[in-house]
Amino acid sequence: MEIRWDILLTIMGVSIVTLLPRVLPLMVLSRMQLPDWAMRWLNYVPVAVMAALIAQELFTADGKLDVSRNYTEILAALPTFAMAVITRSLLGTVVVGILTVMVLRFIL
Amino acid sequence: MSENVQTNNRELDSGEDSFIQGVKDCIPTLLGYLSIGFAAGVVGNTSGLSLMEITLMSSMIYAGSAQFIMAGMIASHGSAAAIIVTVFIVNLRHLLLSAAISPYFRRLTSFKTMLIGTLLTDETFGVAINKAANRSSLSEKWMHGLNVTAYLNWIIATLAGAFFGQWITDPEKFGLDFALTGMFIGLLVLQMASRKKVLKDLIVALSAVAIMIGTSFFLSGSMAVIAATVIAALIGMAVEKWK
Repeated sequence: MEIRWDILLTIMGVSIVTLLPRVLPLMVLSRMQLPDWAMRWLNYVPVAVMAALIAQELFTADGKLDVSRNYTEILAALPTFAMAVITRSLLGTVVVGILTVMVLRFIL
Repeated sequence: MSENVQTNNRELDSGEDSFIQGVKDCIPTLLGYLSIGFAAGVVGNTSGLSLMEITLMSSMIYAGSAQFIMAGMIASHGSAAAIIVTVFIVNLRHLLLSAAISPYFRRLTSFKTMLIGTLLTDETFGVAINKAANRSSLSEKWMHGLNVTAYLNWIIATLAGAFFGQWITDPEKFGLDFALTGMFIGLLVLQMASRKKVLKDLIVALSAVAIMIGTSFFLSGSMAVIAATVIAALIGMAVEKWK
């Protein structure tokens, strides 16, 4: 149940580098009027980042393109997308995704 | 009499912008946090971190990807400097999230925006940006409700994972690792549904996927995410301009 010194120092260092990117843009940009083009660019960031994160989860393994290791997830993404489009329910989407992967891993 | 009091309370507590509403809006993401946090706890446990160290990690770092990387590098005896630099690169995408949400929190003090940013994650960002569709600002109280609920749930989940980790050999069998992907899919679809630019959003999303796959050959995973986000959003901007 102890906390080692080197681990504590690492945790503190990591917490600073995870804090700064979250905090600085909010603190600075919320106080200024951004130019029109920047606002239009920022407007597309949410869709772009979510799509990129999904692609990372589905199509890569250890940072490299790898479809063969992830085929259950790629298959499971189809009913998951369908559930999201039809029900617009976040919880329902997550549950359908988990259940589909569970079933696929069981039968494949 | 008691009925009156109840109605009053309800009006106070259940406004669209209240803290309580933020807590409620966080509920759909809890399952995702629980499973990822649980997994992070299990991994921390197997990499030899103590329960106290894992709790400290979750409460101070509060970032799933960072914690997975840290546990992995500690297990393979990586240096503190190497761990810190790697985590920094992986979490740089938060710059984009923090910037994208900043226009909705104008007229707050720097201290207050700092508090909001401190607990910002991919998931709370996704929920908040959905709420922000067709609005010009977000409520600070609502955001705190959302953020704090996610934060506490994360700490509890990692602790549970660290505690029960010794008996669980194969959490993947139950598909729990897919919770994160499922949540991102749900957040993406909800967001596109709430904006009235489905075609442009689709172009942006598909570009992001293509760039992600293309750059994965020469960029690390986290840098590929950043490159894909920056370029795909630029494409969206360009398409909007030329149409």
